[in-house]
Amino acid sequence: MTLGVVACAGDGAKPKSAASKPAGPGLNKGYAHDPFPSTYHAYPGVPTLVRNATVYDGEGGRIDGGEVLFADGKVVAVGKSLSVPAGATIIDGAGKWVTPGIIDIHSHLGDYPTPSVQAHSDGNEMTGPVTADVWAEHSVWPQDPGFGRALANGGVTALQILPGSANLFGGRSVVLKNVYARTMQGMKFPGAPYGLKMACGENPKRVYGSKGRQPSTRMGNVAVDRQTWAKAAAYKRKWDAYEKDGGSAPDRDIAMDTLRGVLAGEIRVQNHCYRADEMAIVMDMAKEFGYKVTAFHHAVEAYKIADLLKQNGTCAAVWADWYGFKMESFDGIGENLALLHKAGACATIHSDDENGIQRLNQEVAKALASGRRAGIDVPDAEAWEWLSLGPAKALGIDGQTGSLKPGKMADVVLWNGDPFSVYTRPEKVWVDGALLYDSMDPKRRPVSDFELGQPGMGDVK
Amino acid sequence: MKRALLLMATMTAIGFAAPAVAQTVAITGGTVALGDGSAPIPNGTVVFSNGRIVAAGAGVAAPAGATVIDATGKWVAAGIVAGPSELGLADAAGVAESNDAAARTSPFSAGLDVAATINPDAVAIGNERVGGVTRAIVAPRAVSSIFGGQGAVIDLGADAQPLTRAHAFQYVELGEDGGKLAGGSRPAAFAMFRDALTQAQDYRRNPAGFDGRGKDSLLKRADAQALLDMMDGKVPMMVHVERASDIRAVLGLTRDYPKLKLVLVGATEGWMVAREIAAAKVPVIASALADLPAAFENLAATESNVGRMTAAGIPVAISTIGVNDAAGEHILKQFAGNLVAIARVPGATGLDWGKAFASITSKPAEALAMGDELGSLRPGRRADVVIWSGDPLELASLPQAVWIDGVSQPMVSRQTRLRDRYITPQEGALPKAYSY
Repeated sequence: MTLGVVACAGDGAKPKSAASKPAGPGLNKGYAHDPFPSTYHAYPGVPTLVRNATVYDGEGGRIDGGEVLFADGKVVAVGKSLSVPAGATIIDGAGKWVTPGIIDIHSHLGDYPTPSVQAHSDGNEMTGPVTADVWAEHSVWPQDPGFGRALANGGVTALQILPGSANLFGGRSVVLKNVYARTMQGMKFPGAPYGLKMACGENPKRVYGSKGRQPSTRMGNVAVDRQTWAKAAAYKRKWDAYEKDGGSAPDRDIAMDTLRGVLAGEIRVQNHCYRADEMAIVMDMAKEFGYKVTAFHHAVEAYKIADLLKQNGTCAAVWADWYGFKMESFDGIGENLALLHKAGACATIHSDDENGIQRLNQEVAKALASGRRAGIDVPDAEAWEWLSLGPAKALGIDGQTGSLKPGKMADVVLWNGDPFSVYTRPEKVWVDGALLYDSMDPKRRPVSDFELGQPGMGDVK
Repeated sequence: MKRALLLMATMTAIGFAAPAVAQTVAITGGTVALGDGSAPIPNGTVVFSNGRIVAAGAGVAAPAGATVIDATGKWVAAGIVAGPSELGLADAAGVAESNDAAARTSPFSAGLDVAATINPDAVAIGNERVGGVTRAIVAPRAVSSIFGGQGAVIDLGADAQPLTRAHAFQYVELGEDGGKLAGGSRPAAFAMFRDALTQAQDYRRNPAGFDGRGKDSLLKRADAQALLDMMDGKVPMMVHVERASDIRAVLGLTRDYPKLKLVLVGATEGWMVAREIAAAKVPVIASALADLPAAFENLAATESNVGRMTAAGIPVAISTIGVNDAAGEHILKQFAGNLVAIARVPGATGLDWGKAFASITSKPAEALAMGDELGSLRPGRRADVVIWSGDPLELASLPQAVWIDGVSQPMVSRQTRLRDRYITPQEGALPKAYSY
């Protein structure tokens, strides 16, 4: 019997012994669903009013000469002529922009940290095509210098860390607040649902084909996927029955726990997939087994099936202009995001890159330009959804962050100009209302443990 | 004077295959960016004829009989010079069958020569041309030896002759990658380097007696000849190093090989040894925005690297090396724009606009001593000209017309065709395969 429910939340209560009371039955009581809980806490902030700025609220709204007020870690109000609490810090935003913090839905920071030495290669458990048992959070090195760059240069306040794409079932993702901590749990976004990283296409078949085992083809990919889902469905039936009716507990299978979570709608599928035809197959496979693909990542050919994605309510997380680096990226075009938007499909930008994550606002600016060339004029304020609210929705954290709405986390960036201009940089970044980057203050610039005492420590980067 | 619509330059390739180079073109009214490091010139004129720039700047008159193109409200700029890149060497870099940049099991190294194998019809060349890239430095990758082979400079014109200069440089890996290639350490890389040059001298002294054909020979005859060209300074030595101490070690090579014409590539810690590089008068092609300790050899990486080196008097070009080039070489303009942006960040060192633009136009050409030929709109240079919808470094700006060697280029690419085919994803009366 498992001790799942005993995950005592630091309340000082003595753990109940497993023997004293069986965990099941009871819905979701069979085993712990959150054995590595977040210990993240917001850092102290001061009530802050940014005024006289251009505000993108992240939900398509734009306020010229606008004001954003936040206090106690939360957005208090957005608008004009707000009343100022006593003692609030007032920042003149003339010529500047205020936006929600950027959320990168696809990152490997921490799992593939810099320096990119072999000893740091913790992102792909390349020992079998189905490693749904691994959790990206168990690889995250919270001292990755990349987190600080993403904050200071990119205005990134939250990010999803995914296992790599070597495997069909790569394992669980984790969503982090972009705040350095001593432990992974100290960065973990409180209450964010887990994701399951899946991959279709060339990577899994190459990795396992070269080992002389299944899958070595795209059809092999789907065969192993379906076999695995069939197994997961059986596992789910057993555990559901146990949680409903009791009896003797089925054997635990850590991989199947995750797939059961997907089938139960508790865990979101984040599916690496480039080609339009393959995405269509995956969506049908999802229907066959009763799950949903939340987002296709990389989705270079999403523009070819924007209608199908819309119909299935599946998002595409894409690059602005990466193309041609492999066969399945050969048809990449800069208009991908704009074409998805035009079709009414859910779309977001993503980085998959420790450099690209520092310029996601610029990536969206390029996508906007390409779209406008094609006659698709997405307003700037609306395009901010590709950077914050869109990814927040796909991650299931849009109730807490992703836009500047009263009550949401004060994850806020003050840009020193139009954030879609190449000449603009983040000036200040707040996470939960705490000022964690200030370009004007050399001491508000994180230096990870690794960088301490090394050449370049504390440089502007 | 004939007046032509700007649209003329956006027609398809057909009909432009025979270069109308004799034609004189004057582009008037636009903001002119010469690419030589100077500030943009409002309301300037660019004139080219016979494939070369005649004049560019303010107060330049359009010659009688010139085709005049009105670029009012737009920018007229020198074309982007990209590289080191794999343009023309690979159709899709990750598809090994299509990639000629790396020769993993070849017995040859320095003697490898990309010149004859550049494919001007490669899809990426057409895509990047539409993105404002007009020339590229094409480098073989060093994968079986520290010597990658001989690179070339190419144009991206829609024609069958891509070569601007063959044997433009020898590509060499030292530092961490060089150590790996030489057997596992930096000392091994330097030992390989020195031994190879010694063998090349043996070959010079006694070509007939040189064992370049034996199974166990470390250097083939073609390799030896290529290294002699490098050692004699006939061909620049483009050497990839990142760490400050590696840069010093490379600069030190000229004590023993005084004729080496060094060009540093990468150099993310270049700012730490900027005075030494400047004193050695060595140009740098830096990774523009590398700011992570991506390896132990880049611990001090910062986006201020280019600005600090430039301030120290080093001629610095930028490249996509080290920071992803998956977007294509047109991303260089974004990198250059960022170098302007950081000038506003306290503590950071960036570039002014003119220098930033030069870092992707004239500076790469100058690094290979081709600044008299390429990379700017100064008189006599090859007429590689781009009309942009706005400031070329700005993310919202896109090229509207491109000339290479004075020849108007197609503004259609495989990417624009894909876009046009799928502007609405639904199929019509016939499958998409019938719309082209």
